[in-house]
Amino acid sequence: MGRYITRRLIIAIPTLLAITFVVYVILALAPLDPLSQFGADPRVPPEAREAIRKSLGLDEPWYVRYVLWLGGLLRGDFGYSFMSHSPVIELIQQRLPNTLAVVGVAYIVGLVIALPVGMISAVRRNSFLDHSISTVTYAGFSVPTFFTGLVLIIVFAVKLHWLPFIYNSNLKVTDLQSLGEQLRQSIMPITVLGLFDAAIFTRYIRSEMLEHLPLDYVRTARSKGINERVVVIRHVLRNSLIPVVTLVALGIPGVFGGAIVTEQIFHVPGIGELLVRSILLGDTPVVTAVLFIFAVLVVLFNLVADVLYGVLDPRIRYS
Amino acid sequence: MGVAMLVAAACGQTAAPSAAPSVATAKPAARGQGGDLKILYWQAPTILNAHQATGTKDADASRLINEPMASFGKDGLPVANGLASEIPTPTNGGVTPDFKTVTWKLRTGVKWSDGSAFSADDVAFTYKYQCDPATAASTSTYCDGVASVVAKDPNTVVVTYKDTNPFYYQWGVGGGSLIYQAAQYKNCVGAAAKNCTADQKPIGTGPYKVDTFKPGDTVTYTLNENYRDPNKPFFKTVTFKGGGDAPGAARAAFQTGEADYAWNLQVDAGVLKPMATASTLANLVTVYGSSVERILINFSNPAASLGDKRGEPDARDPTKATHPFFSDLAVRRALAMATDRATVATQFYGDGLTGKPTCNVLTAPEPMNSKTSANFDVCKFDLAAANAELDKAGWVKGSDGVRSKGGVRLEATYQTTINAVRQKVQDVMKSNWEKIGFKITLKSVDAAVFFTNTSPDGANHFWADIEMYTNSGDPDPTSYFNGGWSCGQVASKANNWQSGNYSRYCSKDFDAIIANLKKETDQSKRNALAVQANDLLLQQVVVIPIVNRTFATSGVSKTLKGVDPTPWDSEMWNMADWSK
Repeated sequence: MGRYITRRLIIAIPTLLAITFVVYVILALAPLDPLSQFGADPRVPPEAREAIRKSLGLDEPWYVRYVLWLGGLLRGDFGYSFMSHSPVIELIQQRLPNTLAVVGVAYIVGLVIALPVGMISAVRRNSFLDHSISTVTYAGFSVPTFFTGLVLIIVFAVKLHWLPFIYNSNLKVTDLQSLGEQLRQSIMPITVLGLFDAAIFTRYIRSEMLEHLPLDYVRTARSKGINERVVVIRHVLRNSLIPVVTLVALGIPGVFGGAIVTEQIFHVPGIGELLVRSILLGDTPVVTAVLFIFAVLVVLFNLVADVLYGVLDPRIRYS
Repeated sequence: MGVAMLVAAACGQTAAPSAAPSVATAKPAARGQGGDLKILYWQAPTILNAHQATGTKDADASRLINEPMASFGKDGLPVANGLASEIPTPTNGGVTPDFKTVTWKLRTGVKWSDGSAFSADDVAFTYKYQCDPATAASTSTYCDGVASVVAKDPNTVVVTYKDTNPFYYQWGVGGGSLIYQAAQYKNCVGAAAKNCTADQKPIGTGPYKVDTFKPGDTVTYTLNENYRDPNKPFFKTVTFKGGGDAPGAARAAFQTGEADYAWNLQVDAGVLKPMATASTLANLVTVYGSSVERILINFSNPAASLGDKRGEPDARDPTKATHPFFSDLAVRRALAMATDRATVATQFYGDGLTGKPTCNVLTAPEPMNSKTSANFDVCKFDLAAANAELDKAGWVKGSDGVRSKGGVRLEATYQTTINAVRQKVQDVMKSNWEKIGFKITLKSVDAAVFFTNTSPDGANHFWADIEMYTNSGDPDPTSYFNGGWSCGQVASKANNWQSGNYSRYCSKDFDAIIANLKKETDQSKRNALAVQANDLLLQQVVVIPIVNRTFATSGVSKTLKGVDPTPWDSEMWNMADWSK
């Protein structure tokens, strides 16, 4: 197992290099320009724009800029944002807690909801309960998040005035009252995303459990006289969760990517919003840094998922 | 009894000693009495140095911390609410008769927020920082023509221009001239400007100082104890939040009250009007200025078959238009006569809510707003006249309704940015133009791409026949006219499409007017020249103005007092005077 992990990590390095190269080429070819923000404003004439472009290093050809960036990366320097002149790593550090607080929590909430719901749905297959759960889950991932988000805002913020819909990222949770505030401002985006995630996980768990329920070992357990509840939870659920755990692990890099639409609607300053805005503005250092971090996370969690699978399922052996 | 008490209270308040009379506060307010002011911009500020700003949001967020020597008021003239104690003019001797030297007297006893003393040296330093080409400041255009900025003594600054400058307030007044601290910024001049950490937490002389700053997200400010007016600012803290979209911002101001000030509500008038009228929490505050949504006509030939020469001005005679049909004045005139600006303004700009119809490309300051253009035939919507114009010029309608002459068909591509209102405007224009024999293909491009000089789909390349967007100018229109329509600013491959004359219009007559505008010192003559330039562009149908858009379109809480936007400066220009 140790050798397997080492080999995977070594292969990861050229994979990551290739990813950075592709990202850089695409950004260089895209017609995005950090100076597009000035529009046609005559107060920033061509000479000024040329000077700004030169000062950002944009007069160099893209392969020179790539090598320079790579050199910086190896030293741990992600560069400076074109827009804010602040180190990119600081921007990411500012955004990460918000993303984790909303998208990360929603992911966990989705799982927590999906476990019992998926289990019940599988055990009581084709019952009225199962059908209604299925309908709700289909609706859950068919209805786009911007729609559910807006509906929630109109109901809870505009009409009832129960919840704020503008996220305050400076809120520090130090006591029960601030925790309450944090919950109040994040409950809507968490609900929107959590329901979406719950819908997906419910389907996975249900289908996995349905595959295991008719198997021989379950019949054996029942014939041994074990309580049905114990059979389902201790035996069937645990075995069904093996592929689900790996899917959850693979989905974690997505959490770090943020949920762009939801972040936009609820004004949550997360990484997704940072990435999209930086792409539109042509803020290359930020885009390449964020995408590089994603690439690292995806490669890493792919490895984690594979290793977990091997750990949890004794039938799998890696050489 | 109650009435008597109210009257007594009112009398008491007006009799009480007040701070220096400010623009619109009703009563003198004590410093820090107010709580937190919540400002919401749907574009988040990314930097707090106005000289490195990439947009209004940065300039506005910076204005709470730093200030210029004076601000531009509603009429385009300076207001002394900044670091200068009075405004220099030719009459008080502050401006020399040749308009080359301006002497600014600064307020005394002003301190930076870190307690150190402000002096004229900081002003001179700011000039050095802003105007060093290696600093690549986004406000560097205000340095053009400035010979020097010198601290004559700790409270006097002398600005000298290289040549007679009728716009003598060019350097030092308004959002492009915020003053920064020499001690803080001394290591950020030149190439070091792009990595300057001071940009995250500048020290200023303004009413607030930075508490926390998350670029692209939120700025929180606390009041500056060293601010020169002991009775201001009213609010103890300010939260300047950015992000989201315009409709969300409108909702926050009008419906939930989560924002006291919601900036630039570019929302469909049909949605905005009911929200604003029904709101018990906020008002829609607007001001008109020089923002004009206009249609540009391409004088060069954008045909793809020309390859490298696509969109290039004529090599031998740049004054010659090379467009296959827009080189014919009759065709341009017909297009203008078939432009229904009234419908556009009524339907899509809320009939005066966020825009009013205009046939002037220069709409402000008011003395320069041409009164003659309304009578031009090209400013009147008349389909019959447009058809007659084309018939007379020999453009014959074919069986498919499209006119042609000598094998050239009136087929045009009309491009603009992706924007719900603009797409609707395109539809209206297309239907009218097709009634007079054009065939119009619509194109819309993402704004982030449209305003770049590198994109073939962009406004600069103008590889289309007609395009539309909004632009605005300074209180003095010289750079606006020069940058937009002079021969020297024709955008082409040679200057990497960076120059501002996208139409590729080149006229010796127009250039002559601009040359006079650069030298003329008599204000009434300048006004006449500006009107002349505007009218020439209209009569030659180089540009078709459609709507004069509001410069500020903001949702302001009904309890917030003192908000009085000017179209020539930041919406935060008098923020120190706001109170509740």
